[in-house]
Amino acid sequence: MKKRHMVWSILAVFWFVVSICFPAWAADEIKIGVIGPMQFTQGEGHWNGATLAAEEINKKGGVQMGNASLPIKLIKVDSNEFLSVPDATNAIELAISRHNVHFLVGGFRTEAVLVMQDIAMDNKKIFIGCGAAHPKLCERVKEDYDTYKYWFRVTPINSRFLVKVDFILLGMVAKIMAKQLNIPKIKVAIVAEKAVWADPIVGIAQKNLPKMGMEVVGVWRPSPVATDVTAELSAIQQSGANIIFTTFSSSVGITFAKQWGELKVPAAAVGINVEAQKDGFWAATGGKGNYTLTINTYARVKITDATIAFFDTYRKRFKEAPNYTAGTYEAVHILADAIEKADSLDPDKIVPMMEKTDRMGTAGRLVFDETHDVTWGPRYVTAVGTQWQNGKNMCVWPLNWEGITYEGTVPYVIPPWVVDAYKK
Amino acid sequence: MIQNIVINGLINGSIYALLAIGFSLIFGVARIVNIAHTAFYMLAAYFIYVGFQYLGMSPYVAMPLAVLAVGVLAIICYKLFIDPIREHEAAVLIATIALAMVIQEALLIGFGGHYLGVPPLIQGYAEIVGVKVTYQHLLALTVALMALFGSWLFLMKTKLGLALRATAQDREVANLMGMNEARVAMLTMGISAMIAAIAGAIVVPLFVLDPHMWMHPLIMMLAIVVLGGLGSMKGSFVGAYIMAFAEVLVVFMVPMGSFLKGSVALSIMIVVLLIRPEGLFGIAFEEER
Repeated sequence: MKKRHMVWSILAVFWFVVSICFPAWAADEIKIGVIGPMQFTQGEGHWNGATLAAEEINKKGGVQMGNASLPIKLIKVDSNEFLSVPDATNAIELAISRHNVHFLVGGFRTEAVLVMQDIAMDNKKIFIGCGAAHPKLCERVKEDYDTYKYWFRVTPINSRFLVKVDFILLGMVAKIMAKQLNIPKIKVAIVAEKAVWADPIVGIAQKNLPKMGMEVVGVWRPSPVATDVTAELSAIQQSGANIIFTTFSSSVGITFAKQWGELKVPAAAVGINVEAQKDGFWAATGGKGNYTLTINTYARVKITDATIAFFDTYRKRFKEAPNYTAGTYEAVHILADAIEKADSLDPDKIVPMMEKTDRMGTAGRLVFDETHDVTWGPRYVTAVGTQWQNGKNMCVWPLNWEGITYEGTVPYVIPPWVVDAYKK
Repeated sequence: MIQNIVINGLINGSIYALLAIGFSLIFGVARIVNIAHTAFYMLAAYFIYVGFQYLGMSPYVAMPLAVLAVGVLAIICYKLFIDPIREHEAAVLIATIALAMVIQEALLIGFGGHYLGVPPLIQGYAEIVGVKVTYQHLLALTVALMALFGSWLFLMKTKLGLALRATAQDREVANLMGMNEARVAMLTMGISAMIAAIAGAIVVPLFVLDPHMWMHPLIMMLAIVVLGGLGSMKGSFVGAYIMAFAEVLVVFMVPMGSFLKGSVALSIMIVVLLIRPEGLFGIAFEEER
């Protein structure tokens, strides 16, 4: 009797140890934690992109692992990182320890993602970043591969390349304006929200624009949540600027565009304006944001064969154009492919498969570099430049750049009131 | 540049003045530090957005309705959350913070963190002494000045205004004179929230709506009423224009530091308080009492 008890006890302990230490073996579904600020557009993008991918995969029968096919189950994790970084760390802890997610996708604010990355790495969870652009996140992979190899970034492109595209767009507009309006030397007003991420862009712009043959007439740094920039716009107009080089990620992007269009400031607005990437921008500015040009990730052009179908499905389903955080769509597909190739949920077996990724994604060809960052460049992911033209956010770049033109791209249009101002 | 500073300062100052006067009114009359004051301002802006965007109302209809709705809501909030604890000033302060947070979170749940907007009532701009000013800004300035004048008329020339001022002067004596002090406080809550709602209605076509838009005006409003002298309407009026002009001056004089405009305005408040701790009109206000 005692012996039988002993056997049962050993079996119970064994079952307990196995179920704790090797949860993947017992998995009957693949749990992916989608982490982001869910009350905000960025979090919605995370969730929507991942939802579309999971539905597509599950419709085909799930992820094939051996003889079994496992469905993907998404877990929505609200990081609230817009308002509180500590909330983000709690959220990721919750996802890992309570929801027992196998993988994580998402993240938005660099400050929050850096902390979340550490927690995910400590728990050996593959975490695919789909929101934060800071180079440090991927440099860590190179610095300490064994610890950070579970981190990958799908979107956006590294901020160094974002800046590069930013300057390409500025150069393109400067060239068009100089030619069409006969301006001998383009004058640029730099307007960047006062945020840490914008500081290097301002510094580089001040240094590089003279080298690009342009004159910097001033730098304005409004608060990211400024509700009125008419004073700044009046000062810019007085400075005689031809182009306003914008760097906005927050609500000031709407305020600026709205008042710029309303006052018909005779200078073209070019640069980063995250709010202008969204369909809601048109309504939020009452159409006054017309002709705003911004860097973007998605546009309804043939970046790859998958882009337009994805764009249309997304818009039909969620009544909104995909923003860059909707790159979770790619992240979930990449994960599913890697799991099938590894035939396991063991992260150490999946990482090498992910490193070999070469996928024609919805925003370009996705290949990871040695730091597990998405590769930028012609024939890879390039990002796009989109300009609001009479209610539609049109792709205006790349257009004959390094031999690249995405089908459906249209030429940049100088705002008519700017043209009128120079014709007088 | 001077023209720009004058015009922008006048517009911003008028909006701040509207907010600060409503806040001063409820503090002066009922000794309620209503932190939710700017949340009512935000609520009015959202009501107008809903009326315009979802119910297809004309903004001209949505605006007065929103002002009225906010007034009624403020009275309900007063009866539910403030009246039972009115004698405990610290508890009232905390209750109004909680109320503001509840409004913020409710809007966050209802509308998400999206930035929303309402188109201007009048399109285009005018050039005044070489400065481009949108018609909407001019309308905002006109309505704000009219609202300020209306508030003054109401307080000085009406029976209810007299009751409010009497209660502000001395609650106990007002009570002894047969005035229902509790009722006056409740009405004041509604009126002050409606003044905040008017400010919300004025800014809704100019600003971007989001569930945190009440924070910055709250800080500025608190600074203005402290600068002007707590509870002093005249002080709030003058303080609002001082703060607004300080902000605009920073933008024009130090473009690289335009994000500092709020801090500079608050620093001015600190300097004034160091020299005159009771605020600009604090003594006059105390004498009135």
